[in-house]
Amino acid sequence: MELTSNAPAGPIEKSWETHKFGLKLVNPANKRKHKIIVVGSGLAGGAAAASLGELGYNVHCFCFQDSPRRAHSIAAQGGINAAKNYHNDGDSVYRLFYDTVKGGDFRSREANVYRLAQVSVNIIDQCVAQGVPFAREYGGLLDNRSFGGAQVSRTFYARGQTGQQLLLGAYQALERQIGLGAVKMYPRTEMLDVIVSDGKARGIVTRSLTDGKVDVHFGDAVVLATGGYGNVYYLSTNAKGCNATAIWRAYKRGALLANPCYTQIHPTCIPVAGDYQSKLTLMSESLRNDGRIWVPQQPGDKRNPASIPEGERDYYLERRYPSFGNLVPRDIASRAAKAECDAGHGVGPTGLGVYLDFSDAIKRLGKHKIAERYGNLFEMYDRITGENPYEVPMRIYPAIHYTMGGLWVDYNLMSTIPGLFVLGEANFSDHGANRLGASALMQGLADGYFIIPYTIGNYLANTKSETYSEDAPAAKDAVANVTAITQKLLNANGKRTVDSYHRELGKIVWEYCGMARNAAGLKKAIGMIDELREDFWKNVRVLGANEEFNQSLEKAGRVADFFELGELMCLDALNRNESCGGHFREEYQTPEGEALRDDANFSYVAAWGFQGQGRPPSLTKEPLAFNYVKPSQRSYK
Amino acid sequence: MKLTLHVWRQKNAQDRGRMFRYEVPGVNEHMSFLEMLDVLNERLIEKGEDPIAFDHDCREGICGMCGMMINGKAHGGFKGTTVCQLHMRHFKDGDELYLEPWRAAAFPVIKDLAVNRSSFDRIIAAGGFISVPTGSAPDGNAIPVRKLDADLAMDAAACIGCGACVAACPNSAAALFVGAKISHLAHLPQGQPERDRRALAMIRQMNREGFANCSNIGECEAACPKEIKLEVIAQSNADYIKAAFTERPETAIGGAG
Repeated sequence: MELTSNAPAGPIEKSWETHKFGLKLVNPANKRKHKIIVVGSGLAGGAAAASLGELGYNVHCFCFQDSPRRAHSIAAQGGINAAKNYHNDGDSVYRLFYDTVKGGDFRSREANVYRLAQVSVNIIDQCVAQGVPFAREYGGLLDNRSFGGAQVSRTFYARGQTGQQLLLGAYQALERQIGLGAVKMYPRTEMLDVIVSDGKARGIVTRSLTDGKVDVHFGDAVVLATGGYGNVYYLSTNAKGCNATAIWRAYKRGALLANPCYTQIHPTCIPVAGDYQSKLTLMSESLRNDGRIWVPQQPGDKRNPASIPEGERDYYLERRYPSFGNLVPRDIASRAAKAECDAGHGVGPTGLGVYLDFSDAIKRLGKHKIAERYGNLFEMYDRITGENPYEVPMRIYPAIHYTMGGLWVDYNLMSTIPGLFVLGEANFSDHGANRLGASALMQGLADGYFIIPYTIGNYLANTKSETYSEDAPAAKDAVANVTAITQKLLNANGKRTVDSYHRELGKIVWEYCGMARNAAGLKKAIGMIDELREDFWKNVRVLGANEEFNQSLEKAGRVADFFELGELMCLDALNRNESCGGHFREEYQTPEGEALRDDANFSYVAAWGFQGQGRPPSLTKEPLAFNYVKPSQRSYK
Repeated sequence: MKLTLHVWRQKNAQDRGRMFRYEVPGVNEHMSFLEMLDVLNERLIEKGEDPIAFDHDCREGICGMCGMMINGKAHGGFKGTTVCQLHMRHFKDGDELYLEPWRAAAFPVIKDLAVNRSSFDRIIAAGGFISVPTGSAPDGNAIPVRKLDADLAMDAAACIGCGACVAACPNSAAALFVGAKISHLAHLPQGQPERDRRALAMIRQMNREGFANCSNIGECEAACPKEIKLEVIAQSNADYIKAAFTERPETAIGGAG
């Protein structure tokens, strides 16, 4: 298979304009005849469903939560980037584009990133008009802050809960369309398969999470906006329900999955406290604007932080990266924290932690200003750890936070299955090997509000609508597949709980395919995952029946997919004999311990294709060309 | 520490349901309340017993999915805390806790501690928005907003839609939830064109859903994990009364189109 990105040729500043003009339109009177299925209701899915409903399409939207307002986009704290240059500090569309390509360690598609930077400004306008209460200056205008990996202030924020406010904006727009009858919403409903007929996506199979009913939904196009796969690691900052089932089942129906080994470890999370731990909590990256990160110079120094004098502290980010200091991108900050802990400088009961200290900022700005900026984060930290960060430094440690990999899409956000579109974190498109802070919200909303409404029309205008019945072979096959998986899980009737398997899988993937990877470890991990998965299918215990509200059954199906995806992540990491962004192979590093890319051999997107259970997947490469931002070794010194 | 839990078990909406008693030894003070329930559920599954169903998702106190009554208090009754952010260090060895789902006619039980809160979505669908089709917005800085107004809007917008206010209210009123959205949008210039319609539509939908009236008891404010103030109810009442008095039918001859 050859992968064509469909990215337009010609000057990049004009690509999206030119491309949009070339896209076919659907006659307004015909739009309601087209049924579009949107799976997921976060920033990407919610924005897409609302916008497509406004355009007049017949939209059916699905989410597993009890309401579309709860999608995990809601947990994003820090902010959203936009190249508004409201602060007159040298920002521009080109600079946001440049920063994002460089931040992604030269592993993203230039044309996509440029478009993202262009529409970023429209997103802010849209959200302000919806009533998103962004932070403001006394003059009534929008406030900005700087964020990790950038030297300009381009991040818009709403207290420490920007994701919540942006999602509520999209949710309210979506509810408006639901009220008007343009969108039909299916909460507590999980997508379990894609129906592919004549090579095109024609619908989905779902299971109701309240009563187990399996249903077929046909559509002229299917949009997946189902988020990332960070929960492969069990412990992550993702919500407990976040899962990869939708993209994984699409992969098994023929959609290629790109760069699964590109996972982002966020440097500032609350450290793990015990074995019972069910998830990790992020402390916003914005804290690095005012907090200083340090460890004791003396390994194993167990003194209380206040009694360690200034001269015996190592502010290692400020020392190693004087120009960016505590604001280096996430991958670099995470690896540096790991290096300090590995060398015995870690703090806290487990030794897996570093200090994030606000005492200087409190002295400089006063407690009130710090409380205004980060009050809710400080409270959250206090609630979880029982320690007051105004008095003692926070302890933080890196944790899995975001996945840059995802289903492969072209410039139109269409996967390798025609009619199957993928938005937001679920696709692989814009962040390369590392995502910059405040860019996930930007991409989700860009895809949902400003890209899919144009590109999906082109597909629909060029594709003949077809009517199917539930007896269509593709639909029957998909339903049979879903029923078989459920039965197999319920019939295993073994001894171990789903969570115990998930936890064990997570430990393997974190150990061998986490912050640092090497060939021997990855090979070992693949063997271990294989063995554990076999045991899972024989020995998992899922109680109850399909026809009821059965949370163990939901989890079991998701964990079954995590096993297979976890293995593919290791395979991809093993194939990529270089270090780039979040993918750090210990064999490939500079003498200073920085990531060492191999542009001659690995400047490509690795897109994997399912070849049948038990068979090795196929690898298709989309070469990457950099005509604007010349690849260089990233330097934040 | 060791706890004794009495948990409401109800197989489905039709089942009558009753309290079951569980002993939970080995609880660590650093666990969250939901992690303590995870541990209990793992033990139940190992014994072949049906685990306790409860809603949860982000476990960071922001998605609003979790919520239950602990000893008659929504989310356990700790200031500004959802049950997922409540840690066991607030309890002591030997404590006896009663866990129940939100109780309200408009929140039917699905199973055990999980309830159906779709009535909240329908209230938002009735009018809890600003109508602004994608692409039609002016520049973000073209609409200056007084900082105090933006801040008050943010305070109200912090609502997570968990339903604790309804569960805590002796009348099962949704006035705090509805007031929070009305107040959020009423504080902003963008919210003005639809301000009257919004108050009327949301409050009428609230009544249709079976939420009772507010009688200014204030339990909702005390229970709200986001500390939304009663003030939002005053705001929505004022908006509703004004709108009800000035409401007039759409122009019969078609208006401006």
